[in-house]
Amino acid sequence: MSKPYVISKKADTFFYGIYDAILFIGRFFKEAVQPPYEFHEIVRQCYEVGYRSLPLISLTGFITGIVFTKQSRPSLVEFGAASWLPSLVAIAIVRALAPLITALISAGRVGSSIGAELGSMRVTEQIDAMEVSAVNPFKFLVVSRVLATTITIPILMLYCALVAMLGAFLNVSQNEETNFVAFWESAFDQITFLDVWASVIKAIVFGFTIGIIGCYKGYYASKGTEGVGKAANSSVVLSMFLIFIEEVIIVQIANSIRGY
Amino acid sequence: MQKDKSYIDTSKAVINIRDLYKSFGDLHVLRGVDLDVYKGENVVVLGRSGTGKSVLIKIISGLLMPDKGKVNVLGKDIDKLDHKELMALRLKIGFSFQNSALYDSMTIRENLEFPLVRHVKNLSRGEVNKEVESVLDSVGLSQTINQMPSELSGGQKKRIGIARTLILKPEIMLYDEPTAGLDPITSIEINELINEVQDRYHTSSIIITHDLTCAKITGDRIAMLFDGQFLRVGTFEEVFDTDEERVRSFYDYNFTE
Repeated sequence: MSKPYVISKKADTFFYGIYDAILFIGRFFKEAVQPPYEFHEIVRQCYEVGYRSLPLISLTGFITGIVFTKQSRPSLVEFGAASWLPSLVAIAIVRALAPLITALISAGRVGSSIGAELGSMRVTEQIDAMEVSAVNPFKFLVVSRVLATTITIPILMLYCALVAMLGAFLNVSQNEETNFVAFWESAFDQITFLDVWASVIKAIVFGFTIGIIGCYKGYYASKGTEGVGKAANSSVVLSMFLIFIEEVIIVQIANSIRGY
Repeated sequence: MQKDKSYIDTSKAVINIRDLYKSFGDLHVLRGVDLDVYKGENVVVLGRSGTGKSVLIKIISGLLMPDKGKVNVLGKDIDKLDHKELMALRLKIGFSFQNSALYDSMTIRENLEFPLVRHVKNLSRGEVNKEVESVLDSVGLSQTINQMPSELSGGQKKRIGIARTLILKPEIMLYDEPTAGLDPITSIEINELINEVQDRYHTSSIIITHDLTCAKITGDRIAMLFDGQFLRVGTFEEVFDTDEERVRSFYDYNFTE
């Protein structure tokens, strides 16, 4: 006889899923601090997550910088405040656009790739093969990937902000007489230490979320190739959903520190 | 010609299974299984798909835990081991997977090095290379060392999968459907390799298969699994010298297929 459900099939699955995810996160922290450490694999994953994301981050950051500056100019010109453009763009990029763009691109590129890779390893018994050869697959596969995304995405975010500011400078220099140093001084006039730190912390949280969700979905993938597709897809969807929720919470906290 | 198998010690069981039960929900896969595997012998677990053959070796390797019953491997009860003890026991067990389960993001060299460098400390680069080349040579695939798994045929993957387990010099080998999906010639080569491994390393093995040719070539004893229980255990001739309908139909189907 099959087991009766506590609430309903859907509700039970949902709550068991949350419980499993909490256990998974707990296991990550436990395994991350216990030796042996897979340094080589962590470095390899940092390269995969970071270096291979550079072209896409560069292109998206640069275009965002140009487009955001272009779209903001008419409103500022209307109020006679065109000189505020560099500050406005810098605040928008550092506080909001760079962390979000980096996180969403990484969720799509890295999250799906981790979900698919681990899912494929699960259904083809590669994870079982590690386990029976007395290698801890959680440490080798999950800890290394989550650490890589948590370390690399903040760096990518800072790089994205820099490239977006270059895009903004390009647009400003085409329309106004300014030089690089003047633009830079004006842009960072309004940026505080808290702005940068809040964004770095945001990117760390986003990086951890992308890594842990991709690993969780992939590690527990089942049902063959269909399961691999689902793992990749749900890694992206769930990561993006959580990134937006985390964005709201962290902005709220940062604003309360600023006294807004 | 009958090979000398004096290394088989029937007084010493390396795997001892008693009254083993395993279910998945309402599906009762193993229902009171008893089996002894002696030192140095090859035992073939024969049966139709879905009868719980693979579940049996996954329990022996600690990938699954039994619901009830005793599984003793090299003197240790598998369900009573903590994580560290289980890891130590696994070093003595080699598991060859049905689909080889080679790490597809690594070259053949990296696949073979993977368990070695993690478990045998203080090996120099030269010693690692020597071990890898030696084990690769023993399965006759030295030329594939720098290839990726995706570049190999099914039979080659099986051989590399076996080589990867041999690199840690296991005492017990578990083969999950070693000839599944292979052509007859390659199947015979794999069967011969299983016998070579037994002769050279004196391993005790469980070979899971539904292929009677494989069972006949590799098995010192055959255990026929049916509906979650062993129907008959003995040599190939002993198992199939019967009028029992389920055994006969399995035999006839295999050799007329």
